[in-house]
Amino acid sequence: MKPSVPAAPALDALPAVRPDRVPLMLLPVLVLAALPLTGSLSTWVTLTFAGLAMGMIIFIIASGLTLVFGLMDVLNFGHGVFITLGAFLATAVLGRMTGWTESESLTRNLAAVLPAMLAAVVVAGLVGLAFERLIIRPVYGQPLKQIMITMGGMIVGVELIKVVWGPQAIPLPLPAAFRGSFLFGEAAVEKYRLIAVVVGLAVFGAMSWVLGRTKVGLLIRAGVQDREMVESLGYRIGRLFVGVFVAGSALAGLGGVMWGLYQQSVTPEMGGQINVLLFIVIIIGGMGSVGGCFIGALLVGLISNYAGFLAPKVALFSNILLMVAVLLWRPQGLYSVVKR
Amino acid sequence: MILHRLFSGDFPRSRVLLVMLLAIVAGLVLTPFIFPGAKALNVAAKACIFIVLVASFDLLLGYTGIVSFAHTMFFGIGAYGVAIALSHFGPTWAGVAAGVAAALAVSLVLSLVIGLFSLRVKALFYAMITLAVATAFQTLASQLSELTGGEDGLTFKVPELLSPGFSLSEHPFLGVSLDGRLISFYLLIAATVVLFLLMLRIVNSPFGRVLQAIRENEFRAEALGYRTVVYRTLSNVLSAAFATLAGALLALWLRYNGPDTSLSFEIMIDILLMVVIGGMGTLYGSVLGATLFILVQNYLQDLMKFASEGLGKVPLLRDLVHPDRWLLWLGILFVLSVYRFPTGIVGKLRTAARKS
Amino acid sequence: MSTPLLKLEAVHTHIGAYHILHGVDLEVAHGELTVLLGRNGAGKTTTLRTIMGLWHPSAGRVLFDGEDLGALGTPEIAHRGISYVPENMGIFAELTVAENMLLAARGAKRPEDIDPKRLEWVFGLFPALKRFWQHPAGLLSGGQKQMVAVARAIIEPRKLLLIDEPSKGLAPAIIQNMVEAFRELKRTDTTILLVEQNFNFARQLGDRVAVMDDGRVVHAGTMAALAGDEGLQQQLLGLSLAAHQ
Repeated sequence: MKPSVPAAPALDALPAVRPDRVPLMLLPVLVLAALPLTGSLSTWVTLTFAGLAMGMIIFIIASGLTLVFGLMDVLNFGHGVFITLGAFLATAVLGRMTGWTESESLTRNLAAVLPAMLAAVVVAGLVGLAFERLIIRPVYGQPLKQIMITMGGMIVGVELIKVVWGPQAIPLPLPAAFRGSFLFGEAAVEKYRLIAVVVGLAVFGAMSWVLGRTKVGLLIRAGVQDREMVESLGYRIGRLFVGVFVAGSALAGLGGVMWGLYQQSVTPEMGGQINVLLFIVIIIGGMGSVGGCFIGALLVGLISNYAGFLAPKVALFSNILLMVAVLLWRPQGLYSVVKR
Repeated sequence: MILHRLFSGDFPRSRVLLVMLLAIVAGLVLTPFIFPGAKALNVAAKACIFIVLVASFDLLLGYTGIVSFAHTMFFGIGAYGVAIALSHFGPTWAGVAAGVAAALAVSLVLSLVIGLFSLRVKALFYAMITLAVATAFQTLASQLSELTGGEDGLTFKVPELLSPGFSLSEHPFLGVSLDGRLISFYLLIAATVVLFLLMLRIVNSPFGRVLQAIRENEFRAEALGYRTVVYRTLSNVLSAAFATLAGALLALWLRYNGPDTSLSFEIMIDILLMVVIGGMGTLYGSVLGATLFILVQNYLQDLMKFASEGLGKVPLLRDLVHPDRWLLWLGILFVLSVYRFPTGIVGKLRTAARKS
Repeated sequence: MSTPLLKLEAVHTHIGAYHILHGVDLEVAHGELTVLLGRNGAGKTTTLRTIMGLWHPSAGRVLFDGEDLGALGTPEIAHRGISYVPENMGIFAELTVAENMLLAARGAKRPEDIDPKRLEWVFGLFPALKRFWQHPAGLLSGGQKQMVAVARAIIEPRKLLLIDEPSKGLAPAIIQNMVEAFRELKRTDTTILLVEQNFNFARQLGDRVAVMDDGRVVHAGTMAALAGDEGLQQQLLGLSLAAHQ
């Protein structure tokens, strides 16, 4: 039996519920504004897809970082190591399956890429578990030590990766069926970028579903706002945190595979190089907000690509300029998370 | 009495530490006479420069409790100041002075702006912002190639007194030729000593005590009437100024500067490791940390090569002690330091001295 | 007299370098509503937080049903059957009222899983909840938020309720609604420990009263005795409380 709960009656005492859609509008505004600037429809389509693909991969990597911060005020300066780990695992798995990756058959290509992704997710998740135990937990609640020790964790992690795979760059070619472009009229869209957009949307969708429709997701959203109250209601937030940390590490591993394929080459330094970009994205989005992180990542991806075409010199600074602009507009980022 | 004033009453306070420090100082000062060769001289000079740089970082991290990743930016500004001035105006002392003054001015403004804008925010946020700013600055430096020489950097001549071609005397002294390199080296030692003692004076002044009070309990310091933002900003500015001077010394010594020499994030990581391993919040820690690190960086590899060859048949273990993996071991030492002995080597030695 | 449900024995609590509770002795009997009175800074909130495990006692024992809670974590203590309404109400502002309630109903996975009878009963106590069920709790008024906070604490039966100043900042009409709700709660045989500054509010509800000062309980007795003795009120509660009335 259900209690007779009215859905949402019209109310006198309450202001209308108006979700904040202004940041969301930035994306279409930016994309449309770029159309006249780029001058040609086909260039615009190509750049837009490149930007979306890059943004989606960054989102996959950064989402865990922002959630972990939201939940426990923990910022992992060593998050990049999981990216590198994922990418190197992909070289190891795909390198052994060249027969399948070089085949023209999409099925065989997928049969090679999916295990690579799975390996990256599983191993990065397990390493994340160890990282949380050894690196994060001993200094919990001490931000200064946390910054230093997570940095230290990354140094050690990168060196260990060099022990296993060596210090040099390793090529990570795209499987045969992923190469080349689709043609939409004049506009060429690289197949892999389309795949990246699809995977990114799938991850965003799955994450939205978990956060919005499940009890665990509800607990995470509540924990971001007031973790003491979540504990007072009888939930062990420590376990929740470990779970989110592991999931975030696993996603960074997945993102590493995708980033490696995007660059078609992996280096031990790649994770550290992305770190700055990740920080910019989660600051833009509002620390702790997954929705903000999604918009922030896409903004960064799009602006990088548009600026790279229109003014290559400016492109090197476009991210930091974007961050400054957003912070001047909203000092807490696009979506500030109400915290106690 | 004189010693007391010179060291601002802040002595090593541990016999072992005192011996180690004396050994380091003696080793550095006598390097040209006891360790022949250009490599040894370069290592000793680099150690001196990093002692100043690490001490200036400790001013911020250890004494004020601020993690900044923009410290190498100020180091780079100092180095670029000298490099740009000398390559544009030629090898004169006026050029050196102009370069250092301009660099100090730029650092002053930048550190003031960063400090005022972001020292109000949480430590994590500050660390992220400085990381982003430093990265952008590095990109800027390599892009403005007309001024900075881009990725290639700038090679320039130094005033004649300091240049290798200069010779004080035809006859070598104790087997060492008295050339411009030697003069540069001893001027560098003198500058290091002066800057170090100056920083020792600052941290032991009433100002330094307030910084430490803020580090321990910001809320209480504020309640006692100290404007913590002002103090933290000042600490930021001072630390930037000393880093700038260290950068100027680096450029003068190398007669070259480029982005990888003074601005790279690797150097940032290195000084973080040096300060923590040596001991945060004690300037003597920077002497120990910097010297140890530079020695390991330059000589441990030889030792590890030996071990690695010995382990030729054991695959993983051999790779772990591969000479290029020296940073792995320092990284582990660093992580252990942060949670096992946050006061570093100096802290350990002082505790031991107090117990005995 | 039977053993009390909750018993604090010489509890000391330190927060950082500060010594807040200096040996609190307190008993809360089954089925009664005990009011904890005292001026600001007397240690009332710290006492509740210590019971809830949000601070840990540095000495002394917190006995609940005969078990020492001192070393347990907050979630474990909640699972023993204690709910807590903190002074700031602990509302999740960005979640809807329904989601706030769902979090308190530990067994439920979706709002529909909440025991409908119990929910109707809670709606009866606080009709506003039903109206605002799908709205973000942050948009509610202070009084309505307080209702959500109390409703959350009772959406599943609990042995003991710890409530910190439910009357704080509320309009008189809403306070009266709260009084009615607490009376109804008392009829369900729930044990309550209520921290209050508003003596008028406390007097209408309390069976027993304990007065704190300087981190200790300085008086314990029945509410009737205190309410009937103006001299004692003056001595224990001083003018600061009289000013609230």
